[in-house]
Amino acid sequence: MKILVCMKQVPQKDAPLKLNESAAWIREDVSYEVNEPDAYALEEALRQKEKHGGEVVVITSGPPRAQQVLREALAKGADRAIHLEDNGFVGLDAFNTARAFAAAIKDETFDLIFTGLQSDDYGYAQTGVVLAELLGWPHATIIMQIEKNDSGIRVKRELEAGYFQFVDMPLPAILTIQSGINKLRYATLIGIKQAKNKPLRKVAMAEVQHAVGGNLQKIERLYVPQKTKNTEFLEGSAGEVAKKLVDKLRNEVRVL
Amino acid sequence: MSDTILVVVEQREGKLNRVSWETLTAGQALAAETGWALEAAVIGSGVGNFASEVAAKKISKVYAVESPKLEPYTPDAFSAALKQFIETKQPKLVLMPHTYQVRDFVPKLATAMGRTAISDCIGYKKEGGKLLFTRQMFQGKLAADVSFACDAPWFVTFQNGAFRGDKAEAGASAAPVETFNVQIADGVIRNKPQEVFKEAKQAVDLTQAEIIVSVGRGIKEQKNIELAKQLAEALGGELAASRPICDSGWLPMDRQIGSSGQTVAPKLYLALGISGAIQHIVGMKGSRTIIAINKDSEAPIFEIADYAVVGNLFDIVPPLIEEVKKAKTSG
Repeated sequence: MKILVCMKQVPQKDAPLKLNESAAWIREDVSYEVNEPDAYALEEALRQKEKHGGEVVVITSGPPRAQQVLREALAKGADRAIHLEDNGFVGLDAFNTARAFAAAIKDETFDLIFTGLQSDDYGYAQTGVVLAELLGWPHATIIMQIEKNDSGIRVKRELEAGYFQFVDMPLPAILTIQSGINKLRYATLIGIKQAKNKPLRKVAMAEVQHAVGGNLQKIERLYVPQKTKNTEFLEGSAGEVAKKLVDKLRNEVRVL
Repeated sequence: MSDTILVVVEQREGKLNRVSWETLTAGQALAAETGWALEAAVIGSGVGNFASEVAAKKISKVYAVESPKLEPYTPDAFSAALKQFIETKQPKLVLMPHTYQVRDFVPKLATAMGRTAISDCIGYKKEGGKLLFTRQMFQGKLAADVSFACDAPWFVTFQNGAFRGDKAEAGASAAPVETFNVQIADGVIRNKPQEVFKEAKQAVDLTQAEIIVSVGRGIKEQKNIELAKQLAEALGGELAASRPICDSGWLPMDRQIGSSGQTVAPKLYLALGISGAIQHIVGMKGSRTIIAINKDSEAPIFEIADYAVVGNLFDIVPPLIEEVKKAKTSG
């Protein structure tokens, strides 16, 4: 099984975010981490490789710091990495990111392409599905299980409110992976050492320029959301706060 | 191209998805704002009755987009059907609820038409004749106003709860219903979906709980859940959790609150160590009173909390349990 995992580097979950001067984006001086759903996608690819043999390739598009995500993936067991590293890739919408990926992998023959179900920064949940349409491949989203069978794969799709659905699909296919599909592994020291020697191919904008166009949508402004709720902050020592809370529970919420 | 707003209503397993009424409310508001006509479409096989149900609302026309190949749902069939419909009827703005099904096909449909979707929006603005759609970024820490930089049709999906379904206006008389038959060629549909099912039995129905004590990653370890359990018991409530807690197996899946789990609206929702990621918030933002305890003052949960405590839940919950017990015995 030759599997491509599309990964993204996003600001850390608890990173304090500040708007940049033009309020068009955030200030970049925060800590970054791998997009959590993508980590699950990688883990799933590694498990499929362990079961069926093959190769796991990881790809990302972003500035130089995004390479960290690829290095960690290689350390965990991915075989090769592709980095679309060029300032021109930053700020591309899902449509163009998918087009850039498709152009970068045009000479490869993957059986499966995984993405996380969505990114924790933009949260659009689109890149994987857009890529499927561009490649003309079948796809399924929010996947919690993948089994190989004679005609291709059987996947378990997560629906709302605790419902699920199995879907049979031919290969090649694209799947967007849900968090919690598996338990994430840690990179071993040996893995980290081996990662240094694994191929990491850099792709400049010039190589895929023909495939990429202008964004189809534009973030006009970014801002701190306006609060609609009147939140009352309760302060004091733990004991004082506990008493204040009980006071609210009794007199305002009326559950005591 | 006619200046029309099209609301795509969702039906699944023989039922109209009620979140579609929220999208209709949004469509009515946008129609009033822009002066454009409002129409709706239901996609499936034998969906005439759903179309009639929608036609009772204040709307110009409802379409039943039909093909036997549209049942069961597949992204290939839905994308092909809506593409045919949209190319024929040419609406300017296409609105859908941000359901798991819509997420599964709308990016494909938009891409097939050389267009884009602004997804999971919580509202809209009209500025200088341009429509801007507001959506949350960075798990709710920031908001963005997004515009289209391409021609119509424009695709927008709205977050659950962004609009009120019960505010969808009824029409003075039933709108006309028209069947639009689509042709889906052999070989278009590649996925073979099986029956939808619920995993394991549900031991607890959180939608019936008046009081819910919910834990997030801030609970740190499985053994600490005992503390939250004691608080829930003291209050006479149910224990619940955000997704990561259930993914780790610390609580069973039927305790999960959020887009993949239960949606609840209890009298009291007490969030312990929950940051307030969007996927969780959509499952509990309708709660009558929300109390949040989190040591991160920037946690998005504080945007929707009625009462907030910025502090360490391990310091606060033990005395809270004692005070609750005291209050209960003192009658």
